[in-house]
Amino acid sequence: MSGFAFLFLIVGLGVLGWLFGRAKANRFVLAGKTSFNSLPNYHGWYVALWAMVPVAAFVAIWISVSPAMTSNMVLADPAASNLPEDPFAKASILSEARALSRNPEAQSFNPEAVTLAPIYSEAERHYQLLGMAAALLLGFAGAAFAFLKIRPDFRARSKVERVVLMVLLIASLIAILATIGIVASLIFESIRFFGMVSPVEFFFGSEWNPRKELIAGENNGFGSLPLFWGTIFIGAIIAMIVAIPFGLMSAVYLTQYAPPALRSWMKPILEILAGVPTVVYGYFAALTVAPALRDFAVSIGISNASSESALAAGLVMGVMIIPFVSSMADDSIAAVPSAMRDGSLAMGATPSETIKKVLIPAALPGVVGGVLLAVSRAIGETMIVVMAAGLAANMTANPFDSVTTVTVQIVKLLTGDTDFQGPLTLAAFALGLALFFVTLLLNLVALQIVKRYREAYE
Amino acid sequence: MSEAAAMTAPISPGTRTGTDWKSEAMRKRVARRYASEKRFRALGLAAIILSSLFLAFLLFVMVSNGAKGFLRTEVALPINFPALSGGMSPEALQGAQQKATLTSLDLRGLTEIAIEASYGTDGRQIFARNAWVEVREQLRDNPQLITENATLWLSAASDIDRVNKGDARPALQSLYDDLQARNAIQTVFNTPFLTSSDGVDPALVGIWGALKGSLMTMFVTLLLAFPIGVLSAVYLEEYAPRNRWTDLIEVSINNLAAVPSIIFGLLGLVVFLTWMDLPRSSALVGGLTLALMTFPVIVIAARNAVKAVPPSIREAALGIGASKVQVIFHHVLPLAIPGIMTGTIIGMARALGETAPLLMIGMRAFTATPPDNLSDPSTVLPVQIFLWSDEVNSGFVEKTSAAIIILLIFLLTMNAVAIWLRNRFETRW
Repeated sequence: MSGFAFLFLIVGLGVLGWLFGRAKANRFVLAGKTSFNSLPNYHGWYVALWAMVPVAAFVAIWISVSPAMTSNMVLADPAASNLPEDPFAKASILSEARALSRNPEAQSFNPEAVTLAPIYSEAERHYQLLGMAAALLLGFAGAAFAFLKIRPDFRARSKVERVVLMVLLIASLIAILATIGIVASLIFESIRFFGMVSPVEFFFGSEWNPRKELIAGENNGFGSLPLFWGTIFIGAIIAMIVAIPFGLMSAVYLTQYAPPALRSWMKPILEILAGVPTVVYGYFAALTVAPALRDFAVSIGISNASSESALAAGLVMGVMIIPFVSSMADDSIAAVPSAMRDGSLAMGATPSETIKKVLIPAALPGVVGGVLLAVSRAIGETMIVVMAAGLAANMTANPFDSVTTVTVQIVKLLTGDTDFQGPLTLAAFALGLALFFVTLLLNLVALQIVKRYREAYE
Repeated sequence: MSEAAAMTAPISPGTRTGTDWKSEAMRKRVARRYASEKRFRALGLAAIILSSLFLAFLLFVMVSNGAKGFLRTEVALPINFPALSGGMSPEALQGAQQKATLTSLDLRGLTEIAIEASYGTDGRQIFARNAWVEVREQLRDNPQLITENATLWLSAASDIDRVNKGDARPALQSLYDDLQARNAIQTVFNTPFLTSSDGVDPALVGIWGALKGSLMTMFVTLLLAFPIGVLSAVYLEEYAPRNRWTDLIEVSINNLAAVPSIIFGLLGLVVFLTWMDLPRSSALVGGLTLALMTFPVIVIAARNAVKAVPPSIREAALGIGASKVQVIFHHVLPLAIPGIMTGTIIGMARALGETAPLLMIGMRAFTATPPDNLSDPSTVLPVQIFLWSDEVNSGFVEKTSAAIIILLIFLLTMNAVAIWLRNRFETRW
């Protein structure tokens, strides 16, 4: 609630500042002054920014420190003197009191919480009023400072534009922050994991059967090789056997043979294939494809065929990737200069010979880059394998067998009801870190290939 | 002799014999090459057709499984209200004490008595376990019922529902035939499927809770990803100097666009839930996580759109005294908006279909009430689909497919809008 109050305060101050600043600047215009530096709007924005930015900064700090001050005030109250010494018990009573003060119907287990609740809401109101007053004061001070600076020759526009530039810069830095956030969170938790389980076991062990209770110096079933094998088997082998021929041939047909009407219909249809959510593919794989494959396997004499097979997940994933491969191949074929194609055709080669012997070899780096990106996407894909691939960590090359992948295990480890400090949940972060670096490497290599090749023809 | 002259010089007779196009070997060779050409072409067409057949098959399976999920079986239940309620007056069911009166009536017991009176001891199998809730709702809407010997239409149990939809279950067949003979069964449009939330009984579950969660999550995502994406695209295209920092920004954005989605879930789990202590399972955290995933897509699309605005427009505006910020916000961005919108819609569609990162931040919690607040525990449509797909109760199969149909309708609409925008506003300068 107090967050909304502060938001209204900030916006209100901004609007007021804008109106006053603009009105003052308008007077120059009306007074017939011809040489003013900035339009009245910019003066308005200048005042509004001075009214809003300091208050927003203050509120951000205030919201992060005021809960601690509130609970200190509650603890200083004489009614809190008989609280238990144990800090955990104290904290739980305080949080109950907070819940009670917000919502009187909330459940409470400690009688102390009931007596503390009114004190808590009193303290909260005290600090909220204090914060409001300080914010209001700060806002008016800022606005007044800016308001007094407004003169016909004041360069409001360049000042406002500098702020705009800052905002643009901050927005683009968020990408770096997000990347740092990913790397930091993964590395931080992985280090804790490797403090419990040896990296040697994790990276070279071939048994995945993680145990909750660790025995020091022994293998605890955290060998991740079967997971990586399963990931590669489904994502880089089976899926690509489907996706590469289909994607490449559709790109060739659409760019070289298809009449424009067909092309304009088929491209969106392929895009729909890419837009179907993976949970739908997963459901389809588990409900329709996997049983059909099992029946097929039984009919050709594989008696122990599993209902969750690598083949089902890989096939459906391959279909999901087709449009991706197709559009990458499409781009790189289109980037081949038409002089090369026309030259080949003029020499008497048939279109298919031109495609096979001229276009595809020339476009190969781009196609390879696209395939690498597709592999990277396939090994990071989660829902299809979670729903269709199974949980058994097998190092098998039999496509009808059930295998498990890195992403499946991450989901399994983090959605079970395990405790958040144990090796089981931390293992998920180590797996995530490995996945992140593998896909990062694939992406960087692929982008480099695509980029270098593009430049060669330009 | 110059090179050009050499090229135009006639080939002297005798150095090369002319091709005999009519020889048997040549004809065979040409025929072989043409056949290979035809084969290759057919192969290409086959790839396209098979891909779209797969899509058609997928849609067909979902629609044929899910269409029945939009239908609902109801069974008639005569209830002699005056006898069972002890002659309560409809006034008692109006106004402030309505809730208390309804509670005091013991409608669950009352409904069970009515069921046994009409259908005997087997009757329990006919009605959904929570069918009495519908009795309560009908009474609330129409207190006059309490004075009547009324016949109410209530939800059938999941099993009866499936028999009605043509799924044979021998054990229940006679019960079902009996209902049909009494004309006590009807199939209606399943409105509760659109208005209620997750539950235990497949006959009574609905998608509204998940849909509302999805909309709230999308709201947060859009609110964050759109401005950040557009602003950073503007910075990178219009301001950024070429140096190591901007290269770093660029690499991060391209990399974020290709990072597996589950990694964003891990990020959300550690940063938003553990470090920042935001409420678990909430639309707020879901939206934050998806925003980080979506904004690189928007940045890439917006950059292309901004790049496509010809420099002459910028130069003309600069030439008459506009500042750089004015050029961007008054001229470049308005012209780039269609392209930005297209990219945004595609990014949002992807976020709407995303499941894995939301599983990581706990949005798989069972939420039987729709969220009212951004910090309430909620679930989203794809996660709901995932949870239902795991249900052992076979009645959930058609509900899962029906929820998929709803999700696909949303996504296809968004994609269609994006394609339409692209075609409508595509400008060649």
